[in-house]
Amino acid sequence: MAEVTEALEKQKKQREPLFSKKNRKLLSDPFNDDNPITVQVLGICSALAITVKLYPAIVMAISVMVVLAAGNVIISLMRNLIPNRIRIIVQLVVVASLVILVDQVLKAYVYDVSKELSVFVGLIITNCIIMGRFEAFALGNGPWKSFLDGIGNAAGYGIILIIVAFFRELLGSGQLLGMQIIPESWYLDNGGFYSDNGFFLLPPMALIAVGIIIWIQRSRNRELIEEN
Amino acid sequence: MKLFKNLLESVKPHFEKGGKLEKLYPVYDGFATFLFVPGHTAHSGAHVRDGIDLKRTMITVVLALVPALLFGMWNVGYQHYKALGETVGFWDQFLFGAIKVVPMVVVSYAVGLGIEFAFCVIKKHQINEGYLVTGMLIPLIMPVDIPLWMVALSVVFAVVLGKEVFGGTGMNILNPALTARAFAFFAYPSYMSGDKVWINTSTEAGQSVVDGYSGATALGELATTGSTSLSPMDMFIGSIPGSIGETSVIAILIGAAILLITGIGSWRIMFSALLGGVAMGLIFNWVAPYATSPEQQSFMGTPFWQHLIMGGFAFGIVFMATDPVSAAQTTRGKWIYGFLVGLLCIMIRVFNPAYPEGVMMAILFMNVMAPLIDHYVIEANIKRRKKRVQVKVKTA
Repeated sequence: MAEVTEALEKQKKQREPLFSKKNRKLLSDPFNDDNPITVQVLGICSALAITVKLYPAIVMAISVMVVLAAGNVIISLMRNLIPNRIRIIVQLVVVASLVILVDQVLKAYVYDVSKELSVFVGLIITNCIIMGRFEAFALGNGPWKSFLDGIGNAAGYGIILIIVAFFRELLGSGQLLGMQIIPESWYLDNGGFYSDNGFFLLPPMALIAVGIIIWIQRSRNRELIEEN
Repeated sequence: MKLFKNLLESVKPHFEKGGKLEKLYPVYDGFATFLFVPGHTAHSGAHVRDGIDLKRTMITVVLALVPALLFGMWNVGYQHYKALGETVGFWDQFLFGAIKVVPMVVVSYAVGLGIEFAFCVIKKHQINEGYLVTGMLIPLIMPVDIPLWMVALSVVFAVVLGKEVFGGTGMNILNPALTARAFAFFAYPSYMSGDKVWINTSTEAGQSVVDGYSGATALGELATTGSTSLSPMDMFIGSIPGSIGETSVIAILIGAAILLITGIGSWRIMFSALLGGVAMGLIFNWVAPYATSPEQQSFMGTPFWQHLIMGGFAFGIVFMATDPVSAAQTTRGKWIYGFLVGLLCIMIRVFNPAYPEGVMMAILFMNVMAPLIDHYVIEANIKRRKKRVQVKVKTA
């Protein structure tokens, strides 16, 4: 009996604290060296589609965060029960039900944004980041770690979305979160010198903006540059 | 000349290794080699000796652009006074145009060369002359009324994202000048297209715009009404509204002659683009009776040779499609590339009312396709030669 308690004590001591260095890395890595968009180049499609304005981009980032964190936990809890052959279908069912929940919540509370995001909320199901994290992380790790990984990756995805949307809304329509930032009197129509850059409203500019972020990131961290 | 040489020699020590301004060596090098033949020689291997280097190539193209530039300046003034219904002398027209055009050229060169120099200093590259031509082309393909800061921003976009990202001069996929125009076109459509932008109609006290005046280009009119009020002779001479350098076919032909005589522009690309344009024009003439709307019918029925002298077709195929970096490299590839540029240009013009002028899109699209064309031309060549080898083995 004493031996057992001793073993338990030992195990308890070995247990990682909730925010150990390793766990913190799960949260912070997606922000720089392992960013889902700029390094793994996943989830580009939605980054191009919904970054014309800042508000929908923020809503999208939060939605993905909810889906990814919850999905990661669920998959992680079921990881020993899922037969290997049908795991993709199981993952799809999990993510689809979560997306439906998110969609309903958005429709209930922020109907305008939900309309603006239209099909892209539903398309979270096909967001490569989510399936990628399920496959690469949640199937092999415990629920708490999977939760952190989900939050971290969704945040890494969201931060790029928000940066791109910030510049696209500011330069494309002179606004932020729907508020006019650039004074009306600056515009050429009102006798000023300024004009909004229509190119920023088009998807190609989002791709170029993501490209510029990748460029800056790689020139700061040379390890990311592939050799070929 | 001696003065420059002495000046360069005297400041040289500052820029060499260990000097105070070591970091700015590329800037020094750029100026020194711009003025004089470089002092260094190759150390090993066999070299082709040729008097023509990148700098001389670029300067030749700039010289070829001068007629179009001068004509453009005159035309800006001519159109302005015509719109105001005033008759003034040749020099007044020219002066008015020069006042409008020269600042655009200056802005284009200052911004573009500034960025180029900065990148060369940061990356420790040699400064290349690639921008000399681009800097002249950009103002020539802009409408006269565009604000200068838009020109500057387009130049920034073209040089940084069209060129430096890919590794600088000689590495770009797209023609930088057209990249600048495409950027301006999508970013500020109301300053790059329509009826208002091609002629400067700023009025002073006591002046007013003539009644019933229209600033539409020939292609703009054709796209909306199916016919144009401008005569073919005017289009050929160039006294019509349009981007600054594109209107005069005569001035462009002088430039083309300079490029062809010196062997700098590829005659294959120019000729095949012409063929492509003619071919598409003939096809449209042929199918015109079957078009659905009367406007479309009369637009398609425009004589094929008129397409060659309208809009930027001539300017594009002489100065932009022949860009040695972004065009196809193989001989057969050049024929295909040029032909498709001409073909697509006329097709975009007639079919897409959102883009009255198709030459920019056509050339940019074919720039992207050029490596693919080259790839298949080379593959086909290898295949053909392989076959020959096999046949020989069999008969032997």
